[in-house]
Amino acid sequence: MASTAIPANQAPKLNYLNNGHSLKSWLLTTDHKRIALLYLISVTVFFFLGGFFAMLIRLELLTPQGDLMQADTYNKVFTMHGMIMVFFFLIPVVPAILGNFLVPLMIGAKDLAFPRINLLSWYLYIIAGTLFLHCMLTGGVDTGWTFYTPYSTAGSNTNVVEAGLAVFIAGFSSIFTGLNFIVTVHRMRAPGLTWDRLPLFIWANYATSLIMVLGTPVIAITIVLVAVERLFHLGIFDPRLGGDPLLFQHLFWFYSHPAVYIMILPSMGVVSELIACFARKRIFGYKFVALSSIAIAVFGFLVWAHHMFVAGISLYAAMVFSFLSFSVGVPSAVKVFNWTATLYKGSISYATPMLYAFGFIGLFTIGGLTGLMLATIGIDVHVTDTYFVVAHFHYVMVGGVLMGYLGGLHFWWPKISGRMYPEGWAKLSALLVFVGFNLTFFPQFILGYVGMPRRYWQYPPEFQVLNVLSTAGASVLAVGYLLPMIYLLWSLRYGPIAGANPWGAAGLEWQTTSPPPTFNFDETPVVTWEAYNYDEIPPKEVEAPVAR
Amino acid sequence: MASQVDALYIYLLLVSGVMTALIFVAITVLAIKYRRVPGRDAQPIEGSTLLEIAWSIIPLFVMMTFFIWGAVIYFKERTPPADSTEVYVVAKQWMWKIEHMEGQREINELHVPTGQNIKLIMTSQDVIHSFFVPAFRIKQDVLPGRYTTAWFKATKPGRYHLFCAEYCGTQHSGMGGDIVVMEPQDYAQWMAGGPSAPLQDTGKQLFTSLGCATCHRFDVQGRGPNLTGVYSKPVLLEDGRMVIADENYVRESILNPTAKIVNGFKPVMPTFQGIVSDEQLNALVAYVKSLSQPPTGTAGLQNQPAASPAQPQNMQVQ
Repeated sequence: MASTAIPANQAPKLNYLNNGHSLKSWLLTTDHKRIALLYLISVTVFFFLGGFFAMLIRLELLTPQGDLMQADTYNKVFTMHGMIMVFFFLIPVVPAILGNFLVPLMIGAKDLAFPRINLLSWYLYIIAGTLFLHCMLTGGVDTGWTFYTPYSTAGSNTNVVEAGLAVFIAGFSSIFTGLNFIVTVHRMRAPGLTWDRLPLFIWANYATSLIMVLGTPVIAITIVLVAVERLFHLGIFDPRLGGDPLLFQHLFWFYSHPAVYIMILPSMGVVSELIACFARKRIFGYKFVALSSIAIAVFGFLVWAHHMFVAGISLYAAMVFSFLSFSVGVPSAVKVFNWTATLYKGSISYATPMLYAFGFIGLFTIGGLTGLMLATIGIDVHVTDTYFVVAHFHYVMVGGVLMGYLGGLHFWWPKISGRMYPEGWAKLSALLVFVGFNLTFFPQFILGYVGMPRRYWQYPPEFQVLNVLSTAGASVLAVGYLLPMIYLLWSLRYGPIAGANPWGAAGLEWQTTSPPPTFNFDETPVVTWEAYNYDEIPPKEVEAPVAR
Repeated sequence: MASQVDALYIYLLLVSGVMTALIFVAITVLAIKYRRVPGRDAQPIEGSTLLEIAWSIIPLFVMMTFFIWGAVIYFKERTPPADSTEVYVVAKQWMWKIEHMEGQREINELHVPTGQNIKLIMTSQDVIHSFFVPAFRIKQDVLPGRYTTAWFKATKPGRYHLFCAEYCGTQHSGMGGDIVVMEPQDYAQWMAGGPSAPLQDTGKQLFTSLGCATCHRFDVQGRGPNLTGVYSKPVLLEDGRMVIADENYVRESILNPTAKIVNGFKPVMPTFQGIVSDEQLNALVAYVKSLSQPPTGTAGLQNQPAASPAQPQNMQVQ
């Protein structure tokens, strides 16, 4: 890796990057930081693969006729896009990369509680990913990422079982990660680091881990049931065999709705860290922000049937789930208000990570408010299964999760790599991502309300203008995502050397060297202060690296 | 219904717009006002329980207005008025088959008169589909193995898109059609052009030819319950449960007779699964429904199109 590029006079100190250069030292590592980098590489590969499929979708939808590819191909393309992005990108991205790297560092531990299980979860991810790629290359799958029965068990003649198996295995990867985080946070905090002193990123990952451990087994079993029905014609979901198709939807969404919070909660944790650092203040209402993560995790399990308002559930069930869905809105709103209030009387700088944090709040606010519209049953009947829903969940899952991830990646990049990224390019790409994102997805809200259903290969010509806008936005967005890939790689060799704490940030991860040594801390830190004690740390002139 | 949904939507847009603007303005103003200036440090602030409670409770109240208004509209959307004209819809990959009570059949087109409440009784022959008419703001998934219902009242003549909104395979995006809304007199004319017997008459023939009539007798007590007046009434089952004999109950009793045995009868009826098609099933259900005399449904509705020009139907146009 690029660690070799560090000039000899600079880093005689052994760190996790130059501690062994063989392939074996990477593939058999149990160092959480190296595993985080393994995830970084593999998750990025899947992100660009999923992004490639997204571009194919947008290109097909440039014209009303289905002219770029066959209908079957298009159905496979959006299915691959969805499955890759959900199971192989959004779910692992923040916990498995940033969480893996940071959870032990932030709590002053040498590693996660189960380093080997941590490596195992990466291997499970790779096995699942390879299986999925194999499935893709041998014909793919066309059920949509939702695997709805009886289409998936009796209708589709594609590789449903293999894709399901891939998702099943990937699920265990995330269960193990969650389990590891829970035990680590409980058992391995540094002396003095009590629960109410934990960084909010840790709270968020802890809440996420609870969902991973409790929710993922449900989807795993559900997928097994789909495979059993498909292979052995046992009647579970297909009414022709005596099954109930709605049962599948209940089971599927029991996991897949909380899965949205698996994706968004860690990013919310990132945003709390960023805002505290760049406003140089403790997060306003720390306790409420911490508990809101837990509240989201708990309420998130009680709202699944809001995906099924037109599916044929009873009138009263729909009303109960509508009501409960609003209850998730409250802790989400609490977070947004507290972040905003944190800015008050702060000392705010606009480094790239902070720009992403602002972007996150903006996009998440729109995503959240349109979520409330969807929870309003009378509206949901009209807009569900249209582009309105597509726009809504992209605002939350792409707008929210990716903004948080990119903000966090830039913020901790000096810690991960020991190098600063080029600030000018980074600001440009943050701007491109924000503008491109809105141009891509805002028109889709309108498209949905005027009635364009989702998963359509061809559409009536009156929908074309909005689709062209959306495709144009996607091209801008693509540039915004490619740029960081290029300049972050560039910075590995040419970026200015970062010190231990280039942002003057609070948090134990900044007290060790960049990159950190293999066992993180030379001495176990003892914590005697509250989280985000920015009033005790002098701000650094972090704008300096702009020079490049 | 469309105007009611739109009114709620505009309310939601307004509230959301105000909220978004508030947060955007607050962030912009605060970010500029408290930008980093040499010599001015951040002032630590712990938080405020009062504020936290305020910005939890107030949004909750606003959300409750969304909830209640949305639930009221949904309740209306899901409750077909008693005087609705019934239309049977059978979905399959990738077409919509429509059967009118008068026996008219259409594919991928549904002709309806203005001002008349139309209740759709829908089922699927294969996978899940969804009946979506954006202009009427209605959508309802159509499931195999059971009936789901939806209703609407068209007010303006014209052609409106019908889409399948639940992904159903290769030609999902081609599984569309038109709702053709006509003035009542035009509709009556269109309907007169069609042949065939009313749906319940087809059902009555089936009832005899399939041998149902041998056990379900109307004169003396047969081996099966007398079906007169059963539809829409509560039925006491063998296990003590009480169920309403709705369309789904009748359907299930034909396909899976042992699922819900009526109190006092033996599970002797054979299944008709695989023997009757979905269309025949619809006809049978329509016939059983017609045996319950009073409902305004079938009996009154038979004469409806012919009579409608003479009636002040236009009054209903909203």
